[in-house]
Amino acid sequence: MKRRWTGPLLAAAAAGAFAYVVSRQDWWAAALAGLFPSLPQTVFPTATVGELVIQHLEVVGISSALTIAIGVPLGIWVTRASGKDFREIVAAGVDFGQTFPPIAVLALMMPLLGFGFAPAIVALSLYGLFPVVSNTVAGLDAVPASVLDAARGMGMGRWRMLRAVEIPLASRVMMGGVRTSVIVNIGTATVAAATGAGGLGSPIFSGINLQNGAFVLEGAVAAALLAVIADAVLAQVEEALAPARA
Amino acid sequence: MIRLENVTKRYGETLAVDSLTLDIPAGEVCVLIGPSGCGKTTTLRMMNRLIEPTSGHIFVDEADVETLRPEQLRRGLGYAIQSVGLFPHLTVGENIVTVPKLLKWDKERMAARVEELLTLVGLAPSEYEGKYPRQLSGGEAQRVGVARALAADPPVLLMDEPFGAVDPLTRQRLQAEFVRIQRDLRKTVVFVTHDVDEAIRLADRIALMRGGRLQQYATPEEILDHPANKFVHDFMGADRALKRLGRVKVSDVMRTDVPTVDSSTRAADLRSRASCAEERFLYLVDGSGRLAGWFDCADLADGGGPESAMTSVDWRESAVASDASLKEALSRMLEFGFRSIAVVDGEGRLLGDVALPTIEAALGAGDTHVAAADGQGGARP
Ligand SMILES: Nc1ncnc2c1ncn2[C@@H]1O[C@H](COP(=O)(O)OP(=O)(O)OP(=O)(O)O)[C@@H](O)[C@H]1O
Ligand SMILES: [Mg+2]
Repeated sequence: MKRRWTGPLLAAAAAGAFAYVVSRQDWWAAALAGLFPSLPQTVFPTATVGELVIQHLEVVGISSALTIAIGVPLGIWVTRASGKDFREIVAAGVDFGQTFPPIAVLALMMPLLGFGFAPAIVALSLYGLFPVVSNTVAGLDAVPASVLDAARGMGMGRWRMLRAVEIPLASRVMMGGVRTSVIVNIGTATVAAATGAGGLGSPIFSGINLQNGAFVLEGAVAAALLAVIADAVLAQVEEALAPARA
Repeated sequence: MIRLENVTKRYGETLAVDSLTLDIPAGEVCVLIGPSGCGKTTTLRMMNRLIEPTSGHIFVDEADVETLRPEQLRRGLGYAIQSVGLFPHLTVGENIVTVPKLLKWDKERMAARVEELLTLVGLAPSEYEGKYPRQLSGGEAQRVGVARALAADPPVLLMDEPFGAVDPLTRQRLQAEFVRIQRDLRKTVVFVTHDVDEAIRLADRIALMRGGRLQQYATPEEILDHPANKFVHDFMGADRALKRLGRVKVSDVMRTDVPTVDSSTRAADLRSRASCAEERFLYLVDGSGRLAGWFDCADLADGGGPESAMTSVDWRESAVASDASLKEALSRMLEFGFRSIAVVDGEGRLLGDVALPTIEAALGAGDTHVAAADGQGGARP
């Protein structure tokens, strides 16, 4: 069996390059000053790009971890005998959550959880649930009936089947859902800055308020780059989970 | 070994299985056969509790299966199905040790078992152990499925059309291997099929079902010679004498002292040999005894040259295996228009031959009225 190393190496190199670029505040300052010569201030003053990226990753990391911790078990549960009556309800609920604009979710959360980090996390993790749950269900549904029959017929218990057969076979599709969810989350998390969660949304909002295009561009470019890099890295994880091949 | 007592399975209005009573002795192959939807699969799956009967009792080894934990029960009953159901994310070796793993065997024992089983089902362990299911042909996957069912050496095998999804030639090969394996292992086998020839070839006893009810439970000979009712008679087919040939193995009736000539002998030299006096055909074999062709003395007598009297063949095509049935041998002979056919072992070494008169004798050796009633038809060329 051969594993290809070029993909993971490229993804790792891209992630490294991104981290370096983000750490070079002087590059950002020079580039933005060059692009917006007429503006008095061209770099977001409160935090460096590196600091903003780290804040952003914190928000995304925690909310996505919550999404996975809720979404995967939920998806598994509704494909079990005990949860299959709830399948439609869960699908509809998760679907409905998705169609809600994130800013509206945040607005609804604020009176409940107040201003700051917590409401952002709750809103983002609920918002990212849809792809995780639906892909978990799709992945488990796609496990061939004959494979399940053979597993049961040979004396595997439910847990054993889930752990040794169903999840390994569904993992790639499940990971696809996680990847979509995280990428969407990276974008949506910029909105969370409106509630004071920090991150790459801060320069964007501040730029909009001050009519400073440089701030907006600083946050937007960094967020876009982060999404692209995260996508490449998660794609490699997804690839690694693909059923082994020759 | 397995006993069903008045077992009934009802799905709403449908009686899938209707008070079925069946006693399967240890070490025998019981073939469940019948038209589609007659309840074969349901019957089989009630034995390992994948389906719970509506009423009645099933005993395995004198224990009522209801009293056993389903997982425990199933680990002792090998299970092989038509769709095979190999785990696509595991190698052939890992697939095979599914049950041993559940039983917590140690690593060395499992590795040894994989090697043993792959060899048993005719797959080279070094080549196949690390392959993934998608890399296997249909026939190879079926073999692995059977190996997996045998892995923990269960006394009972439950097989639901295990050779159903492969081409006829592969199917015959798998059947021959099943017969060979079963001869050594003597498992109690419940085998579902709807192929009458397969049933006749493999069964010690056939249970013929229709609409959930047992029609007849008897040896293939008995069921062919004395069908219990018109349905059984019709289901087994009109060519019952021919089907009986499916019970006779080539190796049991073949002639073994066949005249042979080394295939490296030049044709011109053959003419001078005296062997043609007694036999019409001389088989040509190579240095390791492999069938290479034959020499027809009649062609020589007709004035043809020695080259024209010589026919080179590939043993894979123009001979039958010694564990094939007479039915297969006959159909090959009819196919080629031969009056006799060479018998070879797995490596193509010539073991003997079978001629038409031998087959006629075998046809007659059974219950004579069967041969008289049905024998004149297609059986004689
Ligand atoms: N889960 C089920 N629900 C309702 N009816 C069923 C169910 N399973 C089987 N049946 C019915 O029970 C009968 C017997 O089915 P079974 O699968 O045992 O047939 P079979 O002899 O194995 O047929 P085949 O040769 O086509 O595999 C059929 O009429 C079938 O429609
Ligand atoms: Mg069936």
